[in-house]
Amino acid sequence: MREAISCEEIHKVFYEGRPWSKRKKIVALERICFCVGKGEIFGIVGPNGSGKSTLIRVLSTLLIPDEGRASVLGYDVVRNALEVRRVINRVSVDAAFFKKLSAWENLRYAARLYGLPLREAKAKCLHILEHLDFDPKRFHEPVEDLSRGMQQKVAIARALFTSPVLLLLDEPTTGLDPRSKRDVQDYVLEIHKNHDVTVLLTTHDMHEADKLCDRVAIIDQGRFVALDKPEVLKRRVALENGRGHASLEDVFFALTHREWED
Amino acid sequence: MGGLMETLKEAKTTLAFLERNFALVKRYLGWEIVFITYSIVNSLCILFIGVTQGKDMVMYLAVGAIVWGFLAVLFHEISESVAWERWEGTIEYTFMAPVRRFTHLFGSCLFAVGYGILRSGILLSCIVLFFGLSLGNANLFAAFVILLVSGLSFIGLGLVAAVLPLLSTERGAYATHIFEAALLLISGVYYEIDVLPRWLRPLSVISPATYTLRSMRKAILEGSSLQELWPTIVFLLVIGILLIPGGLFIFHQAEMHAKRAGKLTRGG
Repeated sequence: MREAISCEEIHKVFYEGRPWSKRKKIVALERICFCVGKGEIFGIVGPNGSGKSTLIRVLSTLLIPDEGRASVLGYDVVRNALEVRRVINRVSVDAAFFKKLSAWENLRYAARLYGLPLREAKAKCLHILEHLDFDPKRFHEPVEDLSRGMQQKVAIARALFTSPVLLLLDEPTTGLDPRSKRDVQDYVLEIHKNHDVTVLLTTHDMHEADKLCDRVAIIDQGRFVALDKPEVLKRRVALENGRGHASLEDVFFALTHREWED
Repeated sequence: MGGLMETLKEAKTTLAFLERNFALVKRYLGWEIVFITYSIVNSLCILFIGVTQGKDMVMYLAVGAIVWGFLAVLFHEISESVAWERWEGTIEYTFMAPVRRFTHLFGSCLFAVGYGILRSGILLSCIVLFFGLSLGNANLFAAFVILLVSGLSFIGLGLVAAVLPLLSTERGAYATHIFEAALLLISGVYYEIDVLPRWLRPLSVISPATYTLRSMRKAILEGSSLQELWPTIVFLLVIGILLIPGGLFIFHQAEMHAKRAGKLTRGG
């Protein structure tokens, strides 16, 4: 098995409004096909509401697609959900914690869920948090008293200390200050270098995608409009625009036909 | 051997939910004290109404207050477990953890049983302190067996009710409270079901709490033996045995529906 993720024709539609009234149909994912190789950092970039988180939720076994098939390390995300959950972990844009519990109490709960010995789990968490420049003195403070950046660092520790084979990072740096953002990005690169982990990263930060990802897919209105290495995409758009250089941002606007105002 | 290891691992995982809920009770201790105080005062007020009619009536009401206190905590803790996770924003994290749903719900049930016993114990102590009731005539062992067996059916009912917040965030939580209130009304907690309007009585027949309270009063007020209460105990056991897998099945179906409709999110 060389593929960490395989998605074939994933299609998902949501309906807004009451069942008895005329409901608005929203195509969240439209026939998405892609594969991610083991050990790859794969980025999905797109604006808010483009379908990035929906795709992550399908791969996290939290959402069943209407059509198509998705698998993680060969396990079907619908039929073999438990096996998939054993090999993945996820950091979402909103660090979801029991707010009144301390960072450690939340991590301890996660350790129990993933069947990790508590002593080992604690040591691992502290090691990861140290790398992320988290003040260990605040380890026993209620999460609600921690800043957004610190909460996100705890969320990253929670995802990593279970040693996932596939790490799903759903806009992990959104809302972080520049320093915390850089800490998180550097740590993702470090764990990718030192551990056998595949990373699926969603972001609307083009610079982040360019810095971290081996390959990038651009998603817009539930469809992949491009998928390649960042350099290839940039070269292609630079050529099309008749310029010597293009950024990933230029690629995004050229391929989605959007303007800055959008 | 592999199966045994897997079972032991799952049993250990239930600790996650026990520990987490205990930690949450500790952190929200102020509110817990408020709720317990309110329920104690509420029960004592009802018992004082019975004082004018003699000790037997006080005892009759006390059984209702304690049994309902236990069953309501059991029902509430289980049915609210999903709503609570959604409110905290951890629902996605818990549902994507490599834990069988049975283990998840069993952990919540274990906590509910322990917490229900603790709260009922506190209520019983307060009642004894205020009214000096004697349990000399009571068959406490039979009462304990009835409570244990009834717990199963309330766990089952709680599992069914837990589905509602899974399907609809806010309205689901409203519905579980209405369901709980309806059980209180129809089950003869503080009165015999004969006093209910005729049209309401058929609902009493389908509430397991009706049989629990009736047999509990027989055990405590009349000292009835297990042999005398056996038919009701078996009946309650059967209801529990049917309701728990039924509740789990319904929960599984609702979870699949929530996953198809995209409702397994903090916002629902």
